[in-house]
Amino acid sequence: MTETSVAPQNNTDLAKGDQVQYVNELTTLNLGPTHPATHGIFQNILTMDGEKIVAGEQTVGYIHRAFEKIAERRPFYQITTLTDRMNYCSSPINNFGWHMTVEKLLSIEVPKRAQYIRVILMELARIADHIICNGILGVDTGAFTGFLYVYEKREEIYEIYEEICGARLTTNMGRVGGMERDLNSTAIHKINEFLKSFPPVLKEFERLFNRNRIFMDRTIGVGGISAERAMSYGFTGPNLRAAGVDYDVRVMSPYSSYEDFEFDIPVGQHGDTYDRFMVRNEEMWQSLRIIEQAIKNLPEGPYYADAPEFYLPPKQEVYRNMEALIYHFKIVMGEIDAPIGEVYHAVEGGNGELGFYLISDGGRTPYRLHFRRPCFIYYQAYPEMCVGSTISDAIVTMSSLNVIAGELDA
Amino acid sequence: MFVNNLLGFPTEFTTTAPLIHMLTNQSVAEEIVKKFGDDVFDFEEPFGMLTFTTTREQIIPLLEYLKSHPQFNINFLTDITAIHYPDAVGQEFCVVYHTHSFINNFRIRIKVYLPDADVHISTAIGLWASANWMERETFDLFGIIFDGHPNLKRILNMEEMDYHPMRKEYPLEDPTRQDKIDALFGR
Repeated sequence: MTETSVAPQNNTDLAKGDQVQYVNELTTLNLGPTHPATHGIFQNILTMDGEKIVAGEQTVGYIHRAFEKIAERRPFYQITTLTDRMNYCSSPINNFGWHMTVEKLLSIEVPKRAQYIRVILMELARIADHIICNGILGVDTGAFTGFLYVYEKREEIYEIYEEICGARLTTNMGRVGGMERDLNSTAIHKINEFLKSFPPVLKEFERLFNRNRIFMDRTIGVGGISAERAMSYGFTGPNLRAAGVDYDVRVMSPYSSYEDFEFDIPVGQHGDTYDRFMVRNEEMWQSLRIIEQAIKNLPEGPYYADAPEFYLPPKQEVYRNMEALIYHFKIVMGEIDAPIGEVYHAVEGGNGELGFYLISDGGRTPYRLHFRRPCFIYYQAYPEMCVGSTISDAIVTMSSLNVIAGELDA
Repeated sequence: MFVNNLLGFPTEFTTTAPLIHMLTNQSVAEEIVKKFGDDVFDFEEPFGMLTFTTTREQIIPLLEYLKSHPQFNINFLTDITAIHYPDAVGQEFCVVYHTHSFINNFRIRIKVYLPDADVHISTAIGLWASANWMERETFDLFGIIFDGHPNLKRILNMEEMDYHPMRKEYPLEDPTRQDKIDALFGR
């Protein structure tokens, strides 16, 4: 307890029988805006009573880049790059989520092969996202080793991205109507290699943490939230599932052929940090299962839809084929109008339901585009989750919530 | 109020007996119209999602009704946002609520139109805690005032800002630039 004593002027005062005054004083502590544990820029103004957190207030918006405003002046392809920069730990999910929204508006039926390739990449992205969250949760509890083991595998996922789109972090992957290019043999080889080499690493990672006494002491019962409160706070994704609600967009409203795959939805019980960690670990296993099935049953056929007005033609075509050149020019210059419509499309992002609410008035750009960013919505529960705990618990809680500043601020 | 062909369904769909636990847009719409009468209107279903409009007086009772309805169980607030239509006189702002029932896997989108001169609407915090930041974001970007909100201040932008940037009158590009003309770069 922090107690400020008002010291008596001199000993003679005490001798006269005066009481020493103790004033209970609350301390204000700024956690952030830049702090190693926040993994991004956002501030928490914590009111502390000694070691205990009494109240907290968050300040967000440090990297607000007005994506929704920018999107109102950008043709659809230029918006893909904006979605990359939301949850940059799993950008392919954002990219494909956006492409699927546009496809829904344009009523484009994407070929099965492209859908399966998307599923593979989205699940790889989910693994990469969960690796970051769980690896860094380990670092925040003082265990650096596990982080290094799994980060090597994240690097391999990035190499797969690189093989498919040339980029690593902000991927700008895919096209409206399918994929930019087919999976080549190197990419398939790398995915197969990853499927072989990742399970032992993940097993080792789990052995390091799951029954580790120190880790369990640091995480069990820390930052817990009940299922009811979690739903009230708009939790989705692994954080909601850790609280015991089996809501997963991939199952509830399947997109991109998720209904073809068999996988389980792991569910926690207490909604605490340990459950969130375990749910994410199990989701990585399930993602591996999905990728295995998708690679095994990868259908033959075209990898993009027959929608020349919206699918950016392959570059070789552009140089040789008049129609391709015309469409290339029209798409790049944003000459093609979208139909009038109002679409909400949700995908299961790394952190939960990533929704795109697109209103088109028939122009070349969206009239309004709103991103339902899971981070932004569930992060408001953070003070409630850490009031009464200590700073170190608050940091572990924040780490396990996987708050990504880019997604938080849009 | 006629509810039979409210959504313009072909009649063979409206006459089939619905499954006991399957909510259809038609049946939900009928039930809501039965309860709220003329206060709910403009029913449509873009891409399959039941969408309708209500008044600002009825929005909170409506959400409350949907949440506590034993069959609908609209137990999750997916999103709150707004749209600015500067040319629609008297209906300049549209506040959009996306709600979801996890139990029935059924989504409803509810809209409330507000005039520019009076952008007040009640807060939904009493129903869902998540409404807090969603409403703050909507206030920040559009200037919609949510009455009863305990902490209605800017969230993404800095507090010194004296305008609401998602309104259409605020240009994205620097207005002093001569090269970025709307004919080439605008909508």
